[in-house]
Amino acid sequence: MVGWEIYDGRAKVLPLANIDTDQLIPARFMSVPRSEGYGSYLLHDMRRDASGALRLEFPLNGASPATALIAGANFGSGSSREAAVYALVDAGYRAVFAPSFGDIFASNAINNGLLPARIEPETYEELVSWIGASFCDVQIDLQNGCASFGGKEVDFQLDETWRMKLINGWDDIDLTQQYASEISQFGKIYAQAAPWAVPLVSD
Amino acid sequence: MSEPKTLLDKLWASHEVLRREDGVSLLWVDRHLVHEGSHHAFAKIAARGLPVAAPNNTVAVVDHYAPTRTRDKIADPQVVRMIDTLRQNAKSHSLRIFDLDDPAQGIVHVVGPEQGLTLPGLLINCGDSHTSTHGAFGALAFGIGATEVAHVLATQTIWQKKPKAMRITVDGVLGVGVTAKDIALHWIARLGTGGAQGHSIEYAGGTIRGLTMEGRMTLCNLSIEGGARFGMIAPDEITKDYIKGRSYTPRGDQWLAAEAAWDELLTADDAVFDTEIHIDAADIEPTVTWGTSPEQALPISAKLPDPAKLDAQKSELAFKALEYMGLSKGQNLAGTPVDQVFIGSCTNGRIEDLRAAAAVLTGRRAKVPGLVSPGSQLIKAQAEQEGLDKVFTDAGLEWAASGCSMCVGMNGDLVEIKKRCASSTNRNFKGRQGRGARTHLMSPSMVAAAAVTGEITDVRTLLQDRNI
Repeated sequence: MVGWEIYDGRAKVLPLANIDTDQLIPARFMSVPRSEGYGSYLLHDMRRDASGALRLEFPLNGASPATALIAGANFGSGSSREAAVYALVDAGYRAVFAPSFGDIFASNAINNGLLPARIEPETYEELVSWIGASFCDVQIDLQNGCASFGGKEVDFQLDETWRMKLINGWDDIDLTQQYASEISQFGKIYAQAAPWAVPLVSD
Repeated sequence: MSEPKTLLDKLWASHEVLRREDGVSLLWVDRHLVHEGSHHAFAKIAARGLPVAAPNNTVAVVDHYAPTRTRDKIADPQVVRMIDTLRQNAKSHSLRIFDLDDPAQGIVHVVGPEQGLTLPGLLINCGDSHTSTHGAFGALAFGIGATEVAHVLATQTIWQKKPKAMRITVDGVLGVGVTAKDIALHWIARLGTGGAQGHSIEYAGGTIRGLTMEGRMTLCNLSIEGGARFGMIAPDEITKDYIKGRSYTPRGDQWLAAEAAWDELLTADDAVFDTEIHIDAADIEPTVTWGTSPEQALPISAKLPDPAKLDAQKSELAFKALEYMGLSKGQNLAGTPVDQVFIGSCTNGRIEDLRAAAAVLTGRRAKVPGLVSPGSQLIKAQAEQEGLDKVFTDAGLEWAASGCSMCVGMNGDLVEIKKRCASSTNRNFKGRQGRGARTHLMSPSMVAAAAVTGEITDVRTLLQDRNI
């Protein structure tokens, strides 16, 4: 994964709260291999009518796509499906700004280089009025935890560990392999301390 | 003197391999459950050429795409491919798989406990948000995403920051017809669907102690619907009685050692929680969701809200939810006609759930069609032995095989557009049971009541002449 620190993109508001991961990507699209891309499934049933055609009135269906999303509270609640993050990333999104996020969604986002930027509810309301239905240029500064939406400066909250992970593009498996001896040592002690926890082979 | 510890503190400490300077812990994983949806994670370790680090700690279950009607000939090639991929991955990594033809196949969160794979004191991961179910045994159990699944496969560990601790204490006697499902919908309605975000919930109090393991699993299962990745209940004699003698349960001296360890798994009297919630069981009625979020739930006696009278944040959500659900403000929740019913899922597909539904349906006919999919094939067999299948089919409902089925619709068991389903499942999200489907979450006995009358009904009116 490639790390990043400053990002210039275009922001769009999706003024809805409780956008759960079932809405971000309906379950029926999740059997597709990642290599085929998940972008076209993003918010599929909101963006498209029953025939699959794009609904022109839907905020994200503009002529040129946004790369940062501003949405209501509790974004990404529900199912642990990482495909919800794949859909956003494959559609070109690099950041979501919302007053709160589902816990599993937020960690999935970090694992895919997508910023889940937590903003105050008042900041969210201000951005909704500031940007309205149009697009807005945005510059995101990960290091300093702030973003400029067409000149409007906004602070966001991000767990310090997650900030470092995004900036450095760290991969957890690589990181963990550095601790191989600690893990192996722990495993041995654990098996002695709690031998009952070692899985039995069934009869 | 050290700080008095919570159950969470104890479980965390016993699995902590190390803690980084930034406070993030590397935790040892005792059981890792995988399903068809884990294909992304297997692809990730394959791309790195990594093996599964601990195949004996990893168990595969076919559930999300499992056909519930015909298993020998699956029509949808995508479903076939998803199941085959899991089969291939299980084979190449030497994993125990509960495949479609296995008499113990079922939903991963039903199979784990049923097989004795789930035990108190363990850390259990699965790429599914309802992994919190296993916390009912006093385990540290939480759902993870595909990248994390790949990490557990490759290292048998997981990085995690310790969550805040919340305790929900429920005391008092639950009324007739009021179940663990109603406790869950009650607290989620009160705290909101994000109310427990960032927290681990411990359920405590006399009412919780009085719940069976099935009820405790239902309650812990729904923790994620209130935002909590973890839900847990300290183990006791009820827990041990449930576990003893199952396929993978420790035996002999190991059982005695396990019991001794499990007896320590309780929160100290003077331990401090970040948040404490108290609920009086007598305040809980049979509870039903009316909207498109689990927090949009009301007692069966209530009327639907007027969005204009709610605070600004909830108002718009309520307005949109009523519109999607095809309902009007102010109407009685009871009496809302339904098109179909569903009984099953990792939330409410266990034997006790089937018995509760059957108790309402015995000698009655359903006015609407419906599907009953037991949580596992073992539960299906047990229900058939008890004659419950006959109760369902005599009532006019379809008796099917086990899987996630109509809770998530991945196997093709779908609710059609604008159809209203009384459902014993866990999510009433837009489109969850099928595009445009309208889901009302409730307990299995409430679903049975809706089947009998063809409308959302207070099950207590149907229990009056019955000895429950």
